[in-house]
Amino acid sequence: MHDAERVAAQAVERHRREPSQLLQVLVETQDAIGYLPAAALTRIAGLLELPRSRVEGVAGFYSFLHTEPVGRFRILFSDNIIDRMLGSRALMERLCRRLGVSPGQVSPGGEASVDITSCTGMGDQGPAILVNGVAVTRLDEARVERIAALVHAGTPLAAWPAEFFRVDDNIRRRGALLGADFVPGSALQAAMKRGRNGWLEEMRVSGLRGRGGAGFTTAVKWGACRDAPGADKVVVCNADEGEPGTFKDRVLLASQADRVIEGMTLAAWATGARQGLLYLRGEYRYLLKHLRAVLAVRRAAGLLGARILGESGFDFDIDIHLGAGAYVCGEETALLESLEGKRGTPRIRPPFPVTHGYLGRPTVVNNVETLAKTTLIALQGGAAFAATGTPQSTGTKLLSISGDCAYSGVYEYPFGVTIEHVLEDCGAHDPQVVQVGGASGVTIASHEFHRRIAFEDVPTAGAFMVFDGRRDPFEMARNFVHFFAHESCGFCTPCRVGTALLKGYMDKLASGKGAKMDLADIEWLDRLLKNASHCGLGSSAPNPVIDTLLKFRPAYERRLVSLDFKPAFDLDAALETARRMTGRDDPAAHLDRREEV
Amino acid sequence: MSDSIPMPRVRVATTSLAGCFGCHMSFLDMDERLLDLAKVVEFDRSPLTDIKHCGPCDIGLIEGGVCNAENVHVLREFRRNCKTLVAVGACAINGGLPAQRNHLDLGDCLQQVYVKRDGVEDGGVPDDPELPLLLDRVHPIHEVVRVDYFIPGCPPSGDAIWTFLTDLIGGRTPRLPHPLLHFD
Repeated sequence: MHDAERVAAQAVERHRREPSQLLQVLVETQDAIGYLPAAALTRIAGLLELPRSRVEGVAGFYSFLHTEPVGRFRILFSDNIIDRMLGSRALMERLCRRLGVSPGQVSPGGEASVDITSCTGMGDQGPAILVNGVAVTRLDEARVERIAALVHAGTPLAAWPAEFFRVDDNIRRRGALLGADFVPGSALQAAMKRGRNGWLEEMRVSGLRGRGGAGFTTAVKWGACRDAPGADKVVVCNADEGEPGTFKDRVLLASQADRVIEGMTLAAWATGARQGLLYLRGEYRYLLKHLRAVLAVRRAAGLLGARILGESGFDFDIDIHLGAGAYVCGEETALLESLEGKRGTPRIRPPFPVTHGYLGRPTVVNNVETLAKTTLIALQGGAAFAATGTPQSTGTKLLSISGDCAYSGVYEYPFGVTIEHVLEDCGAHDPQVVQVGGASGVTIASHEFHRRIAFEDVPTAGAFMVFDGRRDPFEMARNFVHFFAHESCGFCTPCRVGTALLKGYMDKLASGKGAKMDLADIEWLDRLLKNASHCGLGSSAPNPVIDTLLKFRPAYERRLVSLDFKPAFDLDAALETARRMTGRDDPAAHLDRREEV
Repeated sequence: MSDSIPMPRVRVATTSLAGCFGCHMSFLDMDERLLDLAKVVEFDRSPLTDIKHCGPCDIGLIEGGVCNAENVHVLREFRRNCKTLVAVGACAINGGLPAQRNHLDLGDCLQQVYVKRDGVEDGGVPDDPELPLLLDRVHPIHEVVRVDYFIPGCPPSGDAIWTFLTDLIGGRTPRLPHPLLHFD
């Protein structure tokens, strides 16, 4: 235990005893020890002068932090519906059998634990797992057998076959962004030539809207931050790509990191920010080394640091923060809380981050793709950028396509492309349902395939999941409801309780005990979640249920066994213990199932 | 309004399942308003009437959760006969105090109480067929039958029950104002 305290103290010192670094301190302490022992938490609280409860509260919030010992090999199966369609559940059972462990438990010798986790962003090369936080792709039975052998042998992760960790970009269609070569610094030079105001004006002309889902006009955000009182402005890159089915930011970070970082620097040029933070989701930590290397090269080239490109007064540098498995941190105010080392609880807005963001300072929070797109605007001008797409949705959009199609991967289209066009390109043979925008998005039925990907028609942060005639829309919705119940931050009652209740109803229907009454209750819960939740997580949690109930109602109705009401549990079975204890089996010792009303 | 047909009196049944009769006591706390209520209401099965079985009713008020087979039978009888079924109080809505046994194994509980307890000799779990068997867990009533309305509180105050009933009888969707809406 002495050791744990020493390790914790070292982590705190590495982060200069900065309380806002709490999450990073916890991640590093756990990296060294395997979990977060109570003594380590106490030591961290003492050194950071934070209440012990605050430290424990943060440690308990993030899925990838553990306050109890876990297996030496901690294996997490990505549980998005796409992974499941690729057979993840059967593979997990097989691995559990081989390792002699049940899901959620640690094997008797402490060598391994196996569990599920929310979508890890590998939908185009799943089923995917995380082993001690590192992504392993393309799981099949053979790979599961080899992993079981490696775990049994205690082979350190570094000695596992590199092939296991191969993550492909799978770029299938290149447009303005993915198709053009990029010389680091070129966009920055072009923007600096225009001056800070001229650059922001170019951004305004481009009409660029945020690619993270909400679609707010980027130039307005940047202008508001620039004009906000306070000299210590901040640029944050939101790389917490947690929406199930989305992985285009992963590809950008892997293959276009220079554009993303240059986009952050361009935002700094417009707003006058001197500090940049890149919030990388924990699932993508394998990209950390690469991103740090890119930052180092750019610093050496004078593209980051003091006097960027020789311009006095233009100082800007970037730190990378690692998330730890919390979908809600993709919401920008929850992300700011997390950056400050707190639980990822969304803030009440207003005030908006542009005036009161990171540590109360004026902050721009932009999505990875948004930032990468700004380099195009700097190089070609706002008008050229606005020439593609639609008047309200300018430029191109990256789609992460997965599911029942021949060619999963990342596709870049001008906004306004029809869904049927995309389906044809990706080789979807019998598409029946498309879930656009991830779990919180829109369920599109085949009669709507003429609709267009654009903020004014079908908006999306990038996920595009295809389901063919073999799939059950109810099971898709149920998977997403489970996801939201797990990811609810627990702060507000409508979402914390509402998502759990909704999950209970969906499971009741799935187990064949549904009744008409349950559909009425589900619709009531949908309204409650939508109207009473504190943030977008709760209000979008019922979306897949609302949409599938509207468009695929028979998928629900065929599960109903009663037009009135059925208990979710077996009443007669509930008397079994008492029957056994009393040795009774008379008629009064049973409850007739047919008598249910 | 004067030439409309006079409404027949509303028929109300009440019962306590796994409860403490506290909600019924609270019902009596309406005091003199009970006389007003009696003008528009007549009681069917209820501890107030000692009628043993429920006939067709307009409103059924249920106190307490569902802990044994008899509770299930009574609850089903109410659901079959009452147009509107109301869960009254914490136990009917959440299981309440009796549900504290839900984190214990029923077999262990019965063993501890009837067999292993200090001072018990030649003990045994009572097996008389007249005694209803216990369910392995205590359930709120909406997990066993369809429930139309819920009045929270432990117990809900006489005012809350009065407000709720007069709304319901008057044809208004019951809506307890904040001072009357509490869960303790």
